Amino acid sequence: MTPRVVFPNRVLPYLLVAPQLAITLVFFYWPAAQALYQSMLKEDPFGLKSKFVWFDNFKKVLADPNYLHSIKVTVVFSVATAAVAMIAALLLAVMAEKVVRSKGLYRTLLIWPYAVAPAIAGMLFLFLFNPSIGSLAILLRKMGIAWDPVLNGTDAMILLVAAASWKQISYNFLFFVAGLQAIPKTLIEAAAIDGAKEVKRFWTIVFPLLAPTTFFLLVINTTYAFFDTFGIVHAVTGGGPGKATETLVYKVYNDGFVNLILGSSAAQSVILMIIVIALTAIQFRYVERKVHYG
Amino acid sequence: MATVDLKDVRKVYPGGVEAVKGVSIAIPDKELCVLVGPSGCGKSTLLRMIAGLETISSGTCAIDGKVVNAVGPTERDIAMVFQNYALYPHMKVYDNMAYGLRNRGTPKDEIDSRVRSTAKVLELSHLLDRRPRELSGGQRQRVAMGRAIVRNPKVFLFDEPLSNLDAKLRGQMRVEIKNLQRSLGVTSVYVTHDQLEAMTLADILVVMNAGLVEQMGAPLDIYEKPASTFVASFIGAPPMNLLAVTAKPDSPANTPEKLFANGASLGIAAPVHAATLGFRPEDADVIGEGTKPSGALKLSATVEAVEPVGAESFLYCAAAGGRIVVRVSGRAAAKPGDRLEVMVPAGKLHWFDSTGKRA
Repeated sequence: MTPRVVFPNRVLPYLLVAPQLAITLVFFYWPAAQALYQSMLKEDPFGLKSKFVWFDNFKKVLADPNYLHSIKVTVVFSVATAAVAMIAALLLAVMAEKVVRSKGLYRTLLIWPYAVAPAIAGMLFLFLFNPSIGSLAILLRKMGIAWDPVLNGTDAMILLVAAASWKQISYNFLFFVAGLQAIPKTLIEAAAIDGAKEVKRFWTIVFPLLAPTTFFLLVINTTYAFFDTFGIVHAVTGGGPGKATETLVYKVYNDGFVNLILGSSAAQSVILMIIVIALTAIQFRYVERKVHYG
Repeated sequence: MATVDLKDVRKVYPGGVEAVKGVSIAIPDKELCVLVGPSGCGKSTLLRMIAGLETISSGTCAIDGKVVNAVGPTERDIAMVFQNYALYPHMKVYDNMAYGLRNRGTPKDEIDSRVRSTAKVLELSHLLDRRPRELSGGQRQRVAMGRAIVRNPKVFLFDEPLSNLDAKLRGQMRVEIKNLQRSLGVTSVYVTHDQLEAMTLADILVVMNAGLVEQMGAPLDIYEKPASTFVASFIGAPPMNLLAVTAKPDSPANTPEKLFANGASLGIAAPVHAATLGFRPEDADVIGEGTKPSGALKLSATVEAVEPVGAESFLYCAAAGGRIVVRVSGRAAAKPGDRLEVMVPAGKLHWFDSTGKRA
């Protein structure tokens, strides 16, 4: 048992945590409660009168084919983004571990993209892959690939996944590198002496021991793909073409702030909240069981 | 089984540090060779080179007559027990032991029978379903041993396998390792910094210092005839008493009279080049006042501290040539401050020259 720390002052500890609590209350709990309340209101676009309608908004939203389509888009986008971001990061981390010279330089460079703001990352990809002026788009066209994210929904989705995962790779890379370093060298040596070749060592020793890191990143990446990618969607495709890349978060914004259907938008954000809570719960309940913490 | 032959093996690290400076050791089949030395003497590096975990800068390492310099650890058919055991934390004891066999494509039922019989020998049968973190230090050590034994390799390598155990367990495991090694008849290389382990386990004892072999041979030969002051002070606990001697300035050069550091005469004949006189604590006897043994070294000493160990006691004394330790059996009659006469027979004296080599 670690000795309990006792503050002699009764007020000071509360004062010290107060700012953080205030921020959480003002920017998280209050809006969440507002969303919950608004999701049961029906309001006219001018905000002149509103009516309490209980779960009517939810019923309407869940029956809307556009919403169901958006769920599908989100699942595709999230799974693809999390998968690409994690697999690429793991690959890079394993490679960076094997570099003998200027290991630190590689690592630093690979971490940089994380510092780029989502909107800027989005613009970067937008320009690079713009069908008429993008330098990489021209390259793709020259290779005989009919590339047009402005008109083709699949291309738009690919572009979006690329942009969203490109930004997240750095973050994942950082954790994978740390995870790899935490694996004792003697284990790898013991496995080598036990006759396991490099690929076999990776799958039987390294990967299982990385499981805590991988699991943590799975949760983080799912949350990222669901919530934090609004900036990228907004900058790259704006949910288009048509509604091909309209994710749930983007639809919340579109319906609420553009179309001003506030009640529906609030109901959607509440559903989104429930989905993420459920997803995280599922991950902890079922995936974490397979994880061994050292 | 196999022999291990090292010929002029060197290890130079990229920074220019030379960890091993040309070591040649030939280990016959079924023998246990112990590499002993202080930390940083290159013994672990040497072991890792035999394992294939470090590249060999120059010289050759041959296992079973075949040079393996370019062969990776995967193909050398060796097994190693690490200091921290290096058990796979996410695998059960059974899988830890089966891992090496599975990698080599051994049939499933053979794996099962080998793992179970090895576990039986090591008394691990009831632990096969546990994970390493649920085991005690001694049990982990056994699993590490089991993982090595079950593979039935050509060579066992031990890298300070007992240093993480408490003293009692270390003593038990030492005996067990020796018995196992002998009954399995597997050529082994064992690295330790513990001279007691080295003495008791070794068929061939290799004392290393600063990347070089100081002395190599049967443990008791080394104990009785240490080749240098380094070996003399490293092997044996407490270590050999070493006293500096100098030639008396005006004595004849071919038969000089030797003096202790404080100017007192030795009173016995000494080799011409002797610069250090050594004797083991157990070779010194406490004698009665006024006795004059012929040809033996006689020292007057003052007891400074007494260390009773039980079956024997060690007297830490200040004598003419410096501090010495004298072993007496049983309970010591002497107390701190007592004056003693100590006698060492001439045949039990060791002489070393000014470079520390045996004279």
